[in-house]
Amino acid sequence: MGFAYFPHTEGDIRAMLDRIGLDSLDGLYSDVPEDVLYKGDFSIPDAMSEMEIRRWFDDLASENVRLKVFCGAGAYDHYSPSAAKAVISRSEFLTSYTPYQAEVSQGTLRYIFEYQTMMTRLTGLDCSNASMYDGPTSAAEAMLMTVACTRKKSRVLVSATLLPRVIDVVGTYCKFHGTGLSVIPESGFSSDLEAFRKELAAGDVAGVLVPGINRYGIIEDLSGFADAVHSAKALLAVYSDPSSLAVIRTPGEWGADIACGDAQSLGIPLSFGGPYLGFLCCRQEYVRKLPGRIVGQTSDPEGRRCYVLTLQAREQHIRREKATSNICSNQSLMALYVTVYLSLMGPQGLRRVNELSYGGAHYLYSALLDTGLFTEVSEKPFLKEFVLRSGIPAAVLQEKLLEKGYFAALSCGDDIVSFCVTENRTREEIDDLLSVIRDLRSSK
Amino acid sequence: MKYYDKLIFELSREGRTGFSLPENGWKDSPDDIPGNLRRCRLPDLPQVSEPDAVRHYINLSDMNFGVDTGFYPLGSCTMKYNPKINEEISAHPGFSGLHPLQPAETVQGALKLYAELSSWLCSLTGMSAFTLNPFAGAHGELTGLMIMRQYHISRGDTKRTRIIVPDSAHGTNPASAAVCGLEVVQVKSTPAGTIDVGDLMPLLDDTVAGIMMTNPNTLGLFETEIREIEASVHAAGGLLYYDGANMNALLGKVRPGDMGFDIMHLNLHKTFSTPHGGGGPGAGPVGVSSRLAGLLPSPVVIRDGKTGKFSMAGNPGGPGRISGFAGNFGVLMKACAYIMALGKRNVTKVGPYAVLAANYIKESLKDRYRLPVPSLCKHEFVFDGLKDVSPAVDGISTLDVAKRLLDYGFHAPTIYFPLLFHQSIMIEPTETESKETLDAFIEAMRKIADEAVSEPELLKTAPHCTPVGRPDETLAATHPVLKF
Repeated sequence: MGFAYFPHTEGDIRAMLDRIGLDSLDGLYSDVPEDVLYKGDFSIPDAMSEMEIRRWFDDLASENVRLKVFCGAGAYDHYSPSAAKAVISRSEFLTSYTPYQAEVSQGTLRYIFEYQTMMTRLTGLDCSNASMYDGPTSAAEAMLMTVACTRKKSRVLVSATLLPRVIDVVGTYCKFHGTGLSVIPESGFSSDLEAFRKELAAGDVAGVLVPGINRYGIIEDLSGFADAVHSAKALLAVYSDPSSLAVIRTPGEWGADIACGDAQSLGIPLSFGGPYLGFLCCRQEYVRKLPGRIVGQTSDPEGRRCYVLTLQAREQHIRREKATSNICSNQSLMALYVTVYLSLMGPQGLRRVNELSYGGAHYLYSALLDTGLFTEVSEKPFLKEFVLRSGIPAAVLQEKLLEKGYFAALSCGDDIVSFCVTENRTREEIDDLLSVIRDLRSSK
Repeated sequence: MKYYDKLIFELSREGRTGFSLPENGWKDSPDDIPGNLRRCRLPDLPQVSEPDAVRHYINLSDMNFGVDTGFYPLGSCTMKYNPKINEEISAHPGFSGLHPLQPAETVQGALKLYAELSSWLCSLTGMSAFTLNPFAGAHGELTGLMIMRQYHISRGDTKRTRIIVPDSAHGTNPASAAVCGLEVVQVKSTPAGTIDVGDLMPLLDDTVAGIMMTNPNTLGLFETEIREIEASVHAAGGLLYYDGANMNALLGKVRPGDMGFDIMHLNLHKTFSTPHGGGGPGAGPVGVSSRLAGLLPSPVVIRDGKTGKFSMAGNPGGPGRISGFAGNFGVLMKACAYIMALGKRNVTKVGPYAVLAANYIKESLKDRYRLPVPSLCKHEFVFDGLKDVSPAVDGISTLDVAKRLLDYGFHAPTIYFPLLFHQSIMIEPTETESKETLDAFIEAMRKIADEAVSEPELLKTAPHCTPVGRPDETLAATHPVLKF
């Protein structure tokens, strides 16, 4: 019986086997030891039609609960414009390979060049790579990069105010790479400059990673970090939410050498954690240690402006075990998504996203305090995500909200809970969440 | 394809907008943030209307080659058809709106999908457990090597820090090993193109963590001495890593687990039909044999035997966390749909049809292109340049052949890899190409062989029919312009 993805007729198979000089398809595996050939049954479904496949996923989807998301913690429910989705579904982008053959890949190469430009403008740094897997892995690559950029240094420092999963991934990479990692305790819900200074004094530190906005949603004041890190001959990397960089101080303005993070916040759907988009930017002097693909501008024999993958002497297919990283791809299609997103948003749109998120988050913050069920833990400024101390145990609170269709009050340890508001949340939704919480007070 | 010369920044005009967002009715404003924490002025992003932006990107797409526009004979890349229903499935609103930290009871469907796909991959590969968290092939390699090291370390066997990698391996193998803190030891290939077992044996001591193998290897040859290699590496206390880049050759016919491999990765964007997307996102699930089943990275998806409910948990015994969440979930959904479409009936034909196509092209062109290893190949094979002309005498190289192919409407093959030959042309068709397409490709390759003799300039200056000619790569590298 035929199958939609196989074009072979019986006659085709016969003609091709004849050319090869074989009688049957089995002959194609005559070089494989007999005992290695698999003759059993596979535990996979029987072939399904499109209709059956759709139904299967519909049924499966009904086992999920779609919630109104009032949480962030590294994955943000920002609005996804229709045009961005439409562009990435374009076959010429979707079904293309890595742009090694530049003459037939100018579309991919050019949007990556645009992406690199936009990321440098958001972060305030000189260079960007073509993107990476996700935020936490970009942070790990950033830390290994600092080791490659400095001489004879084998330890990196990360702030305890980073998202725990970022610290975990950096820790895994460092452990196997043979790079030391110290997590520097926080002070007052922020990175502790004095604690970093003490560690830097040891002289073995290659790089430091701090968040621009931390796991509590607090916008960190990174005054003094660049000087402290640079005077210890180390590199400063800032883990940033690129959406926020329309309004908050950039890694470049803080004097950072590297910016990394997850660009999922630039409108990429939540999709249960992936695909997202890691980004990595650096100052000019470190570009030859920057891991990942990089696109550069050049010209063809007729003098036409065109683009190629460049500075490839850094990469695994040339350098093998001496490469700056093992990464061999980027998250190209997601980089396209973000490039289209930023083109549509422009400076004013990205500002609006932040205004709506900030306004909604601060409205919720005040109103939650007014319920009397929460107390303030910090007066430090925040953007769209914040924490409060809950009078109700975090697990109970989250469970009660879940019953009403809200994903909110994510536990950050003890009875500290976090909330996040993006432009995707309406005033009605926020008010409804508040009324659910007020009802908890009366039933408490 | 036509040349289009604009960048989005060149379409930008002060005051134009392309966004559609509600008016801001909130009282509080980000301007209330203390001045030293605020950005000085708004970022210089493009200011374009939505129609201008859309037309710009569609014009860019018109300068791109894709599987949907033509045939990619791209060795080691498995550029098969990307089914359309997969895209529809991965955009399913019942999954795309799920936050990755939602409590397990609200994402049972997503967790079940993760568990189902893992079990199907186990069955197809003969492994015992899979993690779907790695984001790409190279990420899978790194994860697999971490598992390998974790295994030795957990047994107190800490001196195993060397890894054996064949000279024909993909560049990511040694690079992943280096990131994982392993010292790379290269093992030679025989003139017949497979691992030189005589060269391997003396390397196997108690400092060897394991060996990384691609089987069939990058010459498209099945490593016929796999049984002997497996027994020797295991006897020396090492583990065998299977690089799944070439799994398409074996899908439905041979399982890495049955060959004795302990750890492997799959490239879902190769063997399991998910699109390459111009370089990603892919997915690189890692499978392990039963004795390593407890060493997967965090998080792992587990099923409660009593309630049948799924949950996600950390795995303290494993190497740790290697991804923010649980992989490129949207890509996993596509692979799931593909396996369902194939089903038991068709999965057994994927490997044979891919191998049939490769041997058909090889046999149809070996009179015009130098074939260094003439034996039966698997899903791909390697020519070492043209037969009738040579780079030294005639100045025609593999690069010229590749570029000329673009004029005939085909993507170029993988060239100058593997490194075993100077003029490598690595060709991999897949099971989704028709005989007519393969014949057209063969005809183009033969014409190019003729042209190399009759009109060599045509090749040296190719391509002629693409939006741009050969870019000046030296200029790009010596005077890097990396942003507008």
